[in-house]
Amino acid sequence: MSEPTIRVRNLHKSYGETAILRGVDLDVAQGEVVCVIGPSGSGKSTLLACIDGLEPFEHGEIVVCGDHVGLGPERGGARQRLPEAHMNKVRRKIGIVFQQFNLFPHMTALGNIVEAPIHVLGIARAEAEARGRALLADVGLASKADSYPGELSGGQQQRVAIARSLAMRPAAMLFDEVTSALDPELVGEVLGVMRKLAAAGMTMVVVTHEMAFAREVADRIVFMDEGRVVEVAPPAEFFAAPKSPRAAVFLARILSGGRDA
Amino acid sequence: MDFEWGLFVESLPALAKGAVTTAYLALGAAFFGLAIGLVGGLMRVARNATLRAVSLFYVTVMRGVPLLVTLLFIYYGLPSAGILLEAKTVAILALALTNGAYVTEIVRGGIESIDRGQMRAARSLGMSTALAMRRIVLPQALRRVLPPITNEAITLLKNTSLVSVIAIPDLLRAGTDIMTWQANTFSPFAGVALMYLCLTLPLVALNGHLERRFRIR
Ligand SMILES: Nc1ncnc2c1ncn2[C@@H]1O[C@H](COP(=O)(O)OP(=O)(O)OP(=O)(O)O)[C@@H](O)[C@H]1O
Ligand SMILES: [Mg+2]
Repeated sequence: MSEPTIRVRNLHKSYGETAILRGVDLDVAQGEVVCVIGPSGSGKSTLLACIDGLEPFEHGEIVVCGDHVGLGPERGGARQRLPEAHMNKVRRKIGIVFQQFNLFPHMTALGNIVEAPIHVLGIARAEAEARGRALLADVGLASKADSYPGELSGGQQQRVAIARSLAMRPAAMLFDEVTSALDPELVGEVLGVMRKLAAAGMTMVVVTHEMAFAREVADRIVFMDEGRVVEVAPPAEFFAAPKSPRAAVFLARILSGGRDA
Repeated sequence: MDFEWGLFVESLPALAKGAVTTAYLALGAAFFGLAIGLVGGLMRVARNATLRAVSLFYVTVMRGVPLLVTLLFIYYGLPSAGILLEAKTVAILALALTNGAYVTEIVRGGIESIDRGQMRAARSLGMSTALAMRRIVLPQALRRVLPPITNEAITLLKNTSLVSVIAIPDLLRAGTDIMTWQANTFSPFAGVALMYLCLTLPLVALNGHLERRFRIR
């Protein structure tokens, strides 16, 4: 097998004294969709933030498309913090979408999308806008180019946020509970966009509580608990008969209706 | 001592001249105060601890020392250090330093009021901290701080009345001069008050307009 798009090895991360990630290993192959599930506080968001280079970590290795994230390669038993300039370049290659959309409220939908291509990649405005409009059309919002985030519904905002990440032509996309802040009737339109993206071959890591979506779209399910990956399995296998007792308890709880198991 | 309509009207041209000086001082000090406040506010939230400490020290000193003391300190202090400045320059300097300290704190508050998710999203797109600050955080923060900054400008304008102690012919000084010659306090000061009001009213209106405009976003 060729080098995975995302490789995480023995990742350790703590906030102060509290260990949040305690040795996480994860490989995501090109074009693969991995859904990460697990109880609240198990470190899922922290893992995504580390992969995107948004949070520093103490030990371990993250490599995205051949580039080290956070810490450099091991030399003489130690790893060095990578400089900001390098990290800024690496972050361009990975898109991340958050639960709280985080659109820039002072810019239109199109403005949000073309901001980084123009100011980070140096793409000409006309070209960036043409591509931005195409992306808006892809997420079903062609008519909303000139709307401000405050004028859009949650589902529309989240779709703009996805388009904004895609505008950087990332090698992989990370999704952190992107439907959790949405009214139930708006969840479908966002999941629909993600389904399309998966079908188009995007490499994706999706943290979600939407079990139906995970079962349908994921190539593999990663179950996390207390800062560790407890189980990795194909969705059919995982949902039919989880091997670890903790995953079984989690599934039983979440499928019986308690979302925040 | 009665209100003398004639004296009141007669004093208006001289007062208007003083008002021009007052406006000039206020505008100059507001400009430099804003510049200081922007730089100071950015320093207050900088990652570099020295920058933060310098800015905090400046704010603490300038907010703790009365403007009148600052004014006299610079007016009498600098010459003994061999620096001779024109009285109006001293006035603008002292006013701007004081105003800048308050604007610094307003700008800091504005930056900190912007959700951290904004910086996070910007950085996730590959923006450097500086670019994210300039393109994403500051434009939003500045909208929020414009109303309190105009408020601070009103205070600044009224504070210019203190500069009469270093012999600058400002609006208040024009009033006291007329009072001395005419031996009538009441009438010229009605004019002084009226003129200060005329100077501050546009700022009050601007402040109200900005508050209404930026209430939602
Ligand atoms: N900035 C921070 N400072 C201190 N502790 C933090 C911080 N961010 C997260 N934590 C802690 O780290 C732990 C893991 O958080 P994380 O957000 O990664 O969990 P999660 O699996 O995404 O949970 P959820 O399903 O609720 O989103 C939690 O106990 C949380 O309280
Ligand atoms: Mg989370």
